[in-house]
Amino acid sequence: MTADGGPELVQLLTPEGERVHHPEYDVDLTDEQLRGLYRDLVLVRRVDSEATALQRQGELGLWAQCIGQEAAQVGSGRALLPGDFAFPTYREHGVAWARGVQPLQLLGLFRGVTNGGWDPHEHNMALYTIVIGDQTLHAVGYAMGMQRDGSSDATICYFGDGATSQGDVNEAFVFSAVYNAPVVFFCQNNQWAISEPLERQTRIPLYRRADGFGFPGVRVDGNDVLAVLAVTSAALQAAREGQGPTLIEAFTYRMGAHTTSDDPTRYRVSADLEAWKLKDPIERLRVYLARNGWADHDYFEAVDAEAEAMAVHLREGCRSMPNPEKTSMFDHVYAAPHPLVDAERAEFAAYHASFAGGEH
Amino acid sequence: MAATTMAKAINAGLRKALENDPKVLLMGEDIGKLGGVFRVTDGLQKDFGEDRVIDSPLAESGIVGTAVGLAMRGFRPVVEIQFDGFVFPAFDQIVTQVAKHNARSAGRTPMPITIRIPYGGGIGAVEHHSESPEAYFAHTAGLRVISPSNPVDAFVMVQQAIACPDPVIFFEPKRRYWDKADVDESIDIASAPSPFRARVVRPGSSITVACYGPMVRTVLEAATAAAADGTDIEVIDLRTISPLDVETVAASVRRTGRLVVVHEAPVFLGLGAELAARITEQCFYSLEAPVIRVGGYHTPYPPSRLEEDYLPDLDRVLDGVDRALAF
Repeated sequence: MTADGGPELVQLLTPEGERVHHPEYDVDLTDEQLRGLYRDLVLVRRVDSEATALQRQGELGLWAQCIGQEAAQVGSGRALLPGDFAFPTYREHGVAWARGVQPLQLLGLFRGVTNGGWDPHEHNMALYTIVIGDQTLHAVGYAMGMQRDGSSDATICYFGDGATSQGDVNEAFVFSAVYNAPVVFFCQNNQWAISEPLERQTRIPLYRRADGFGFPGVRVDGNDVLAVLAVTSAALQAAREGQGPTLIEAFTYRMGAHTTSDDPTRYRVSADLEAWKLKDPIERLRVYLARNGWADHDYFEAVDAEAEAMAVHLREGCRSMPNPEKTSMFDHVYAAPHPLVDAERAEFAAYHASFAGGEH
Repeated sequence: MAATTMAKAINAGLRKALENDPKVLLMGEDIGKLGGVFRVTDGLQKDFGEDRVIDSPLAESGIVGTAVGLAMRGFRPVVEIQFDGFVFPAFDQIVTQVAKHNARSAGRTPMPITIRIPYGGGIGAVEHHSESPEAYFAHTAGLRVISPSNPVDAFVMVQQAIACPDPVIFFEPKRRYWDKADVDESIDIASAPSPFRARVVRPGSSITVACYGPMVRTVLEAATAAAADGTDIEVIDLRTISPLDVETVAASVRRTGRLVVVHEAPVFLGLGAELAARITEQCFYSLEAPVIRVGGYHTPYPPSRLEEDYLPDLDRVLDGVDRALAF
């Protein structure tokens, strides 16, 4: 396995910001749309860095950084139509952004005030799923439901290189293949599953796994937002047209730690990080825009200013996010009344009411 | 009204659910043309089509995991796990996803999924085909766990499970699949007794025996035998394990003063332990004896030539009753 993704890598924008052509995949975007993608990438990175800072300040218990993977997430997220449904892991902040989830809503889970944070039906995006790979089966089931509804929408599910070892992911491949479900499997191969390198998960390139399941697999430069957009759009279109699933391997790199609790200096060398910095997803688009005169210094300054303002909003919103009501843990355990939960809620309330002042 | 087996009663209940709600789907291994290994889904694929009665790949986690997605899309999946001992590949999806989606989403993605599991021993089967894993599921908040003991309850309760907005693990006592009773298929499930309440199936005054699923028939037979010796056993069919209807048991124990809990599942940390604790708390001054538990041992389910010695039978139930009455 080659460190640069090899010759099969679909790329439309080189790390140096050169627009290149691919025989199979292309995008035709206006300069306004290109600027929009650039803005997405910058704002998502700013959300990520602010959340990381908030964790360091003790405002969040944990944060799973997406730095380095913004193009994979924004490019695929922007390929979705409103009726499509996305199933994320816990790192898809860029996808959430593209689906209209407010950045502040992402923080609740990591601050510990909720296990969810948004209405999945409002954004057509499932809640973050922490158990590795579980959501791939949900995406296939949802896609089977779309088939039965006669819908022309599709689902997309996100997972990492580590998840490809999970049974559920492989079962999702099987189910989607035999039912020809309209689902796109979007694997962000960021080279690391916490401390374990890709070589601990596979001995063939991940996109080639699709062969064994009987559907197409494609490896795309995950740091190239244009290529990701093109490849994902094509896969979604194939799903809509009844051609079933596609596995996309977005070849990228986890620039940060696994989470804020992780210490990558124990298991990987800094030279790798330096090499990947040269392939940064934002920088190449910036160069491309500037070189063609589609964005100038003022535009970039304005995006940076917007990012800063959003960071301030995020910081303030996070710090003022209230703790949930104590008895809320008993809410929604079941959809219909359950006598044990009701009894324990009453006992809990009575216990707390028994203290002087009423509240313990 | 013809006498109907429990297997056929469940089949009739599934058919009604499929007829009444176009969002109901059945999924499982071999449930289509074969009609399931116990024929519980016999004929349903022929009548409702392959899109609604779905033969699945041989992967239990896949079955339950895709059911989660179908439920998010607004369907009401009814999945069959072929045997009790094969549910464990799906355990992660059941515990981390099915059980928790409603709470995680603050009620926005409820999981109206029914997971049917033939369970229990007594059919001379090979390993993994005779287990009683209900306690694992009852321990998890978000799941409901019920088990019918007879064809009438099976017909009604399977429909009630499907109509329930919460996930229900529906344990079918496989050795009672061939028990027969008259089943009135015109029963309206909305006005039928709640599946989440226990039922006194034999009133008595000497002692209370609580049981569920396959053990109800065994305990009723024991009660008949005991009556000849002058012991009047009150038999409670719990029907539901989560929620657990402690109230009905407590009301009985306050009259009889004694309780024996019988299940096939291992005694240690089983339902009997929970019931013993709660009855001790609630009926302390009414109890004449400690709560006695009769059940499986802390061993793997034994080879079938030994299962008669593992499973509670009439004699072991009566032994438990005698021990309680000895105080």
